[in-house]
Amino acid sequence: MLVLENIHLELETGEKKVPILNDVNLEFEAGKMYALTGPNGSGKSSVARVAMGIYRQTKGRVLFDGEEISELGISERARKGIGYGFQHPPRFKGMPVKDMLELAMKYSDNVNCQVLRDIGLCPDEYLERTLDNSLSGGEIKRIEIATLLAQNPRVRIFDEPEAGIDLWSFEQLINVIGSSHREDTTTVVISHQEKILNMVDEIILVEDGTVSMRGSREEIWPRIKESAECSCRYSCQLGGEIYADCPR
Amino acid sequence: MLTALDKKLLEEIADLHGEPPGAFNIRKDGKGIERRSLEGIEITPKKDQPGIDVVVNEGKEGTIHIPVILTETELSDLVYNHIDIGPGADITLVAGCGIHNPGSGKAQHDGVHEIYVRKGARLIYTEKHFAEGESSGKKVLNPKTVLVIEEGGYAELELVQIRGVDQTTRVTEAEVQAGGRLVMYERLLTGGEQSANSDVVVNLMGEESTARIVSRSVAQGNSKQSFNPRLLAHGPGRGHVECDSIIMDQATVRSVPEIWAENAEAELVHEAAIGKIAGEQLIKLMALGLTEEEAEEAIISGFLK
Ligand SMILES: Nc1ncnc2c1ncn2[C@@H]1O[C@H](COP(=O)(O)OP(=O)(O)OP(=O)(O)O)[C@@H](O)[C@H]1O
Ligand SMILES: [Mg+2]
Repeated sequence: MLVLENIHLELETGEKKVPILNDVNLEFEAGKMYALTGPNGSGKSSVARVAMGIYRQTKGRVLFDGEEISELGISERARKGIGYGFQHPPRFKGMPVKDMLELAMKYSDNVNCQVLRDIGLCPDEYLERTLDNSLSGGEIKRIEIATLLAQNPRVRIFDEPEAGIDLWSFEQLINVIGSSHREDTTTVVISHQEKILNMVDEIILVEDGTVSMRGSREEIWPRIKESAECSCRYSCQLGGEIYADCPR
Repeated sequence: MLTALDKKLLEEIADLHGEPPGAFNIRKDGKGIERRSLEGIEITPKKDQPGIDVVVNEGKEGTIHIPVILTETELSDLVYNHIDIGPGADITLVAGCGIHNPGSGKAQHDGVHEIYVRKGARLIYTEKHFAEGESSGKKVLNPKTVLVIEEGGYAELELVQIRGVDQTTRVTEAEVQAGGRLVMYERLLTGGEQSANSDVVVNLMGEESTARIVSRSVAQGNSKQSFNPRLLAHGPGRGHVECDSIIMDQATVRSVPEIWAENAEAELVHEAAIGKIAGEQLIKLMALGLTEEEAEEAIISGFLK
């Protein structure tokens, strides 16, 4: 359904361009669930942002339903059926939750207003709240997930939906992602959570701006353990020197 | 008689469909054309100058509409209204001015409202400005509101001007006595070559007097806006000023809040911010399928709500 072909991405930081993604190749099929995992800063959100058209790749192609969409803007891709739930959703002064959900349903055939309840938020309490600093981080995040559920696109990319979510809602989150997944949808969850990694058909490991491995949980798990040790080396270096008892 | 145009203007500024409920006074092109008093809410034309006296008796509840409409070009209308909300009364007052300038001359309305909110009374006051016109005639509105909130009184002002008015200078002066509370919301959107100035002075006089001023504005095109809210605590009052502007295109926004305390128990805070629409906000809404223009519109209309 969604294909990222030979994607390279460079972004500008200050005056110089830095490579972020390096030759990413991914295919997402209809009806399947995927998890994208990997160390912080490895490029997972960037992959999602390239798919959504927020970042433009410097090389490579994005295809949707066999058609090249590399030249399409964000809005056009959304209307074709790609949706992205932000890792850090922005806040909007004065905009009620209700308006955001209505906007999300504007270009979908979804008329389901249950999405707030699905994610454990009581509509009576939240529909009129405004999406500004008066909502907590976890509330904003849950509303973002509800917005993506309301939008109900054919490709749904959740970016760390578990971040900031309490233990009680986490179960609900897993359930709703699972139960709203259909034969004709592709679900991609960027996550660091074992429980989420356990529920998908395939895990994709992103390291250093590229896909280093993809496979089942059993295949990927040893590799994740290994990467955890790698990142330890970096944290040790932060202290100014590499400690002797570091794994490498 | 009200024409279709009059009705449209009244709908824009006062949300009126047909005759207003409660007491009202409609002023058109410099003259009062329809008026109704009720028991305990007396509206009378002033004898010595243009304008009306509105007197609300003690403990009275109700709604009052006093809209002004201008439908002629080359017209300058000046009006003084005196409004007295009796002790313990609970009133919703809808003012506002709608201009339809059909020609190339100037249409101007200068209104002075003097409002007394007596002991323990409660006033919800809204004032909307709207202007339109087929040709180049300038539409100018200069409202001045002088407000006194007596002990334990409460007033909430909502001042709104969205597009249309070419030039406006708004002056709001308030005195809040002990235990009185003032809440003021200002919403403003300018575009093209329009300009808007808003000067607010709030004097917190006594113990437990509070004021909250929230000003939100959007400046588009070549428009210019200037805000000067001043909050003065002469006693142990508390106040908060918040000015927040979205700036776009080639617009200019100037915001100079001032807080001034003469008492060690006073607590005053001001916040002012000017900035463009955040990129992530646009991207978020575009990722829902909105075009960039639709996303901008949704963000602005939420911001000015
Ligand atoms: N807009 C940007 N401008 C410059 N650099 C960026 C930008 N966005 C991301 N990066 C850089 O690209 C790299 C990958 O970032 P990305 O957000 O894709 O990581 P991630 O895998 O999602 O990390 P995390 O697990 O922390 O969310 C990081 O080094 C980050 O600093
Ligand atoms: Mg990320």
